[in-house]
Amino acid sequence: MRVAAITVAVLLLVTLPAWVGNPYYINIASQILFFAVFALALNVLVGYGGLTSLGHAGLFAMAGYTAALLLARGHGHFVADTAALAVTVITAAIYAVLSLRSTGIGFLMITLAIGQILWGIAYRWASLTNGDNGVNVSSRPAPFGLSLAGADGFYYLCLVVFLVCVATMTVVVRSPFGASLRGTRDQERRMSALGYNVWLIRFYAFLLSGFWSGVAGLLFLYYNQFISPQIVALTTSAEALLMVISGGTATLLGPIVGAALVVIMKNVVSAYIVRWNMVLGIIFILIVSFMPDGLVPGSVRLWKWARHRMRRGKVEPVAKVGGGGA
Amino acid sequence: MIALQVKDLQKSFEGLYVTRRVDLAVEAGERRLIIGPNGAGKTTLFNLITGEIAPDSGSISLFGDDITRTPVRARAHLGMARTYQIITLFGRDTLLRNVMLALLGLCKRRWNPLIDFERQTDLVEKAEAALARVGLAHLAHRPLGETSYGERRRVEIAMALAQNPRVLLLDEPFAGLSIDERQDVHKLLLAIPRDVTMVMIEHNMDVALEFAEKITLLHFGQVIVEGTRAEVVANPRTREVYLGH
Repeated sequence: MRVAAITVAVLLLVTLPAWVGNPYYINIASQILFFAVFALALNVLVGYGGLTSLGHAGLFAMAGYTAALLLARGHGHFVADTAALAVTVITAAIYAVLSLRSTGIGFLMITLAIGQILWGIAYRWASLTNGDNGVNVSSRPAPFGLSLAGADGFYYLCLVVFLVCVATMTVVVRSPFGASLRGTRDQERRMSALGYNVWLIRFYAFLLSGFWSGVAGLLFLYYNQFISPQIVALTTSAEALLMVISGGTATLLGPIVGAALVVIMKNVVSAYIVRWNMVLGIIFILIVSFMPDGLVPGSVRLWKWARHRMRRGKVEPVAKVGGGGA
Repeated sequence: MIALQVKDLQKSFEGLYVTRRVDLAVEAGERRLIIGPNGAGKTTLFNLITGEIAPDSGSISLFGDDITRTPVRARAHLGMARTYQIITLFGRDTLLRNVMLALLGLCKRRWNPLIDFERQTDLVEKAEAALARVGLAHLAHRPLGETSYGERRRVEIAMALAQNPRVLLLDEPFAGLSIDERQDVHKLLLAIPRDVTMVMIEHNMDVALEFAEKITLLHFGQVIVEGTRAEVVANPRTREVYLGH
C-alpha cells in the first residue's frame, strides 16, 4: 500500500509537465518542490531535534547570495554553487555553535537574532550585496548540456533534488543517528546518561539542515534569477516554520504538504483574494485547533477513525496517534 | 577493590549546602543503600556521582580513575548506569526501542546516518534479552505510553542493565509500585550478578534493608551514620533522624 502510494506519487510528479501543460503552474510546482526541500531541512531541527529555529531564512539566503555574488563576478556555476553550499554549511556551524547553548525559547531567539543580523547585512552592506536592489543572475546552469532555461527543464531539476532530499531524509531519520536525534528531543538528560553527546548530535543535525536549506536557496536563486534582502527577512523563516508545523512536524510528508499549502496560497489564492495572508492565517488557526499535530498526522488519525468506524459500524472517540514518521 | 569512591564532596546552591563533606567508599560487588529523610541530598549525591551536577569541591573515582570532571556521557562509557526517581523514558517509542537506544548509546554506530536502526539485529536481540531479564519480553513491541507505571520502572532497569554497567545507581526503584510489582522488582535486583556494584536510594525499608549490605544515612547533605545493616539500624542517630522512635 505504502509502496504503491509512493510509486503513484512519483509517477504523477514525473509526468506533471505533460498533464499540467501551462508553464505558470509548472513553475508553481517547482516552487513547491524547492520550498518542500527547505521545509524538510528545517524539519530536521524542528521535528526530529525539537529545536525551533526562526532564523533559517539566513541559511536559505546565504547560499543564494553567495552563488549570485560569485556568478556576478564571473565565476562558473559549478564553482559558485559548490562555494555557496560550503559557505552555507559553515554559516550553519556558526549558527549551531551560538544557538545550541540553549534550547526552547532561548534557541528560537538566538536563531532569530542571527537571522536578523544576516538580513541587516544583506540590506545595509550595499557595497557587497547591492542592498535593496538585490543581485541578478543572468543564466541558469546547464548540467551535462541539459537546458534548465524553460519551465519543464527547471521543474525536473527541482524534482531530482527534491527526490534526493526526501531519500536522504528517509535514510537519516531511520538511522541510528536519526534515532539519537529524536532521543535528544524527547529526553535530553537521559540521552546524556546513556552515553550520547547531545550537543554534537544537535550540531550535526544543524549542519544537515543547513546544507539542505542551502540547496533550496540555490534553487530559489535560479528560479527567480534574482535575490534581494526580502528573502532573508523574518517572514521567510516564519513561512518555512508554518510549512513544517501545518503539515506535521517529525514526519517526512508533513513539510511537503505544508510547503504545497503555503506556495499555493501565495501564488494561486492571492490571484483571487487580495487578503490571502488572512486566509492563510485562518487556515493555520483551523489546523492548529483541529489537527494540532499537523495536516498529515491529523489526516492519518482521521483515516484510522473512519476505517474503524466502517469496520465497527459505530462512532467511537478519535484515538490520538503519536508523532511517528509518516 | 573500591568501585566507587567519593571524597570530601561538597555542593551548595546559593550558600545552602546540599552535599557537605561526603565520603563514600563502595566496594566492587557491594550492595549499598543510601537512606535519609526528604531533602537529605540523596538524589543530589547521585547527580554529583553521575556528573549531572558539578561539585564545588571534592573528588569522585570509578575503579580508581578520577571522574570528577568527566562528562556525564563519558561516565556511561566507563561503566556507570543509573535509573531516575522520576521515570525518564522515551514515551513515543516501544519498549524494545527504548532498550535499543540504551544499547546504541555505547556503540560507535550511534553516529551512523546510513544504516537502518530497526534492522540492527544484534541490538534487537540484546534488547529482547534485557527485556526478558525484567520479565517484559512479551511487551517488547508495545508503545511505552500503553504500559503501567511498574512496567516502566522495569524498563528503566532493563535499560540500565542492557549497558552492562560496572556500577549501577538506582534512585528509588520501588517508588510508586504496588506490592506485587515491588516483589517483582525486588527479585529482579537480587538476581543481578555480583560483578555489578549497586548503590540504591530507597525509602521503602522493608525491601531496601533486605537488599543492603551496607547503609549510608544522609541528613542535611552530610553522612551521619554508615555501617552494616545491623549497625545502622541500631544506631540511635538513625532512629532520631530517619526511622523514628
